[in-house]
Amino acid sequence: MSTATSATGGSPRSVTADSVDAPLLQVKDLQVEFRTRDGVAKAVNGVNYSVRAGETLAILGESGSGKSVSSQAVMGILDSPPGFVTGGEILFKGRDLLKLGNEERRKIRGSQMAMVFQDALSSLNPVHTVGMQLGEMYRVHKGTSKKDAKLKAIELMEKVGIPAAKERVNQYPHQFSGGMRQRIMIAMALALEPDLIIADEPTTALDVTVQAQVMELLADLQREYNMGLILITHDLGVVADVADKIAVMYAGRIVETAPVHELYKRPAHPYTKGLLESIPRLDQKGEELYAIKGLPPNLLHIPSGCAFNPRCPMAQEICRSEIPPLHAVTELDGTPLEGRGSACHFWKEALHG
Amino acid sequence: MPDQEKYNQADPLSEAGAGDEEMQSAVESRLMDLGTMEAQTLIKNERLKDEPEVAPAELREAPRSLWQDAWRDLRRNPIFIISGLLILFLVVMALWPGLFTSTDPLQCDLSKSQLGPTSGHPFGYDTQGCDVYARTIYGARASITVGVCATVGAALVGTVLGGLAGFFGGWLDSVVSRIADIFFGIPILLGGLVFLSVIPSQSIWIVVAFIVVLGWPQIARIARGAVITAKQQDYVTAARALGASNSRMMLRHILPNAIAPIIVVATIALGTYISLEATLSFLGVGLKPPTVSWGIDISSASDTFRNAPHMLLFPAAALSITVLAFIMLGDAVRDALDPKLR
Repeated sequence: MSTATSATGGSPRSVTADSVDAPLLQVKDLQVEFRTRDGVAKAVNGVNYSVRAGETLAILGESGSGKSVSSQAVMGILDSPPGFVTGGEILFKGRDLLKLGNEERRKIRGSQMAMVFQDALSSLNPVHTVGMQLGEMYRVHKGTSKKDAKLKAIELMEKVGIPAAKERVNQYPHQFSGGMRQRIMIAMALALEPDLIIADEPTTALDVTVQAQVMELLADLQREYNMGLILITHDLGVVADVADKIAVMYAGRIVETAPVHELYKRPAHPYTKGLLESIPRLDQKGEELYAIKGLPPNLLHIPSGCAFNPRCPMAQEICRSEIPPLHAVTELDGTPLEGRGSACHFWKEALHG
Repeated sequence: MPDQEKYNQADPLSEAGAGDEEMQSAVESRLMDLGTMEAQTLIKNERLKDEPEVAPAELREAPRSLWQDAWRDLRRNPIFIISGLLILFLVVMALWPGLFTSTDPLQCDLSKSQLGPTSGHPFGYDTQGCDVYARTIYGARASITVGVCATVGAALVGTVLGGLAGFFGGWLDSVVSRIADIFFGIPILLGGLVFLSVIPSQSIWIVVAFIVVLGWPQIARIARGAVITAKQQDYVTAARALGASNSRMMLRHILPNAIAPIIVVATIALGTYISLEATLSFLGVGLKPPTVSWGIDISSASDTFRNAPHMLLFPAAALSITVLAFIMLGDAVRDALDPKLR
C-alpha cells in the first residue's frame, strides 16, 4: 500500500469499453419517504446518479440530506415501516431491483453489492469471533465448509492488512482497535468480491491518521477488483483524494454533480460554495470562519421552491416559487462541461460570477 | 568491542575526543555511539520483520467471550459454588436414590405410625408408618423432574413465541402478546385448582404441562424484549446488508445476544416451579400417591404437626433447600451475565 498511487484521482483506473455504455448501478428518480406519526417526511425526492465499474462516486451532504437513506434503499435494507420507496428505479446491471422479490434481493446483497458501515464496533456481532463472522459470508452464500471458511477468513484479514491474522482470527471484535475493526468490516464487504460497495461514512468514527489508511485501503482494493464504489460522507477532505465524481445532496435532492476536482475548483451551486468556504484554512487565521446561515430544513416541511432558499445568499423571488431542475453546466461561451450539473436558477452567477 | 571501532571512525566527534585526550568528550562520544548503535539495531530488527512484533501465543491473553467471562466469574463466586454443589447433590439423589437409602419408601408398617427418629431411621416415621428419610430422598425425583421439565418447556415455548413476536412485530406480535397477557392474568393457584381437578389422570407430566402453559408468558415477555433490543443493533443491519436470511439473523445474530436474560429468568423460575409443584400437591390437585413427593408429604404431615413435627420438618426443609439452591444459582448466573456489573 503506497500513498502515491491512491492519491491521484481517476487517471490510473482502467474503464473497460462495455462498462462505459452500461453503468453498473443507475438510480433514476428515486423517492423515499418516512411515514411518521407527525406526517410524511420526504427523505429522498427524485435522486439520479450512476456508478460504473471501477468508478468512485462520493455522495456528500449534511445530516438529514438523504444520503444514507438513498443508499439504504439501493441496498434494500430500509426499515419498512416507517420507510417506503415510493417511486423511481434502481437499475443494477440492467435489472430494476425494486421489482425483484425479497429472496432475490437478499441473494444480491453481500455477493454482488455490499456495504461498509460507519461504526465498526456496533456493526460486528460481539458474541462471535471475527473469523466466524468473515467465514459466514462464504458459508451463507457459497456453502463452504467451516474449515475452509476459516482459511478464507484468514486470507481476507491478510488482504486488508491485519497483522498476525492467523492468531487474531479467533478473537472477538472488542479486542481489535477501531481502525482494525473497520478493516474487518471492509474485509466482510469484500469477501465475495462484489461489483459494488457502498461505504456509509466509513471513516467518521476513526481518528485522522487511521482515516487516511482506511481510505487508501478502500481505494486500493477497489482498483484491484475494479468495483464500483459509492462513498457517503459529510467530510469534504475525505473524498478529495479518492472520488472520481461527487454528488452533493441537500434536503433529499442532488443539488450539484461534478468531477471531483472541478467541484473543488469551481462550485456551481451556492450550497457547495458555502460548504467549501466553511472549511477552516490556515491563511484565514484570526478571521471569522464562514458558516452557512440557518439550519437544514425539516423534512416534514421542506420549503417551497428551492429547498436551500432560506439559507441562500443569492436567493431571489423565483427561488421561493420554482424548484430548479438539474441544469447542465457550461462554460460562459456555451462549451458543455462533461458530468457537471447544478440545481440552481443562478448557476451561471454561482460558477462564473 | 570490534564493532565499536567502526562507529568511532564514522563519527568525527570520537576523533576529536581522542585527539584532545579529554576524558569528558571521549565518554560523550562513546555514549552517543552506543545510543546510535542501539537505535540501529532496533531499526534493523524492525526492518527484518515486516510485521509488527506479536507476542507468542502462550503469552497473550486468550480471547474470551461473554460466556467464558461469565464462567470465570462464576467459578470464583462462593454462592455459585455452594448452590452448584447442592444442586449436583440433589440431582444425584433424584437419579439414584438407592445410593442414599436401602429402605423402600412405599413399604410401610402401621405399627410404627408417627414414631420419632430411631437408629437406622433418622427422620422417623409418618402416619402410615413409612420411613420419612427414604420418602424425603425419593421425593427429590418428582420435585426435580417437575422443576426441570417445566422450566425447559416454558423456556422453549416462551423463547420461540416471544422471539418470533419480537422479531417480526406487527400482527404476530399483537396476537402473541395478547395471548400471553390472557395466560398471565390467570391466578396460578386458582387455575391449578380448576384445571387439574377436572383432569382425572394425575401423572407428573400433567403437572409439568400445566406449569408450562401458565409459565411461558413470563419467559415470552423477557424474550420478546431481549429480541427487540438485539434486533436494533447495527450488526443485525450489517448482517442483513451482507445477505443473511431471516432465520440466520435470528439464530446466529439475535438469539446469542438475547439468550442471557432468558437463562437468568428461567433459572430463578425453576425454584418457584418446584415450590409450585409442592403447593399443588399440598392442595391435593398436583401429584397423587403412590407418587412420592415432598408436597404430598408436607400435605399429609400438616394434620399431625403437633404430635409429630418431624414428619413436616424434613420434607419441608428439603424443599426449602432445593428452591433456595436454584434461586441462588439463578442470582449468581444473572450477576455473571450482567455486563453492567463488571
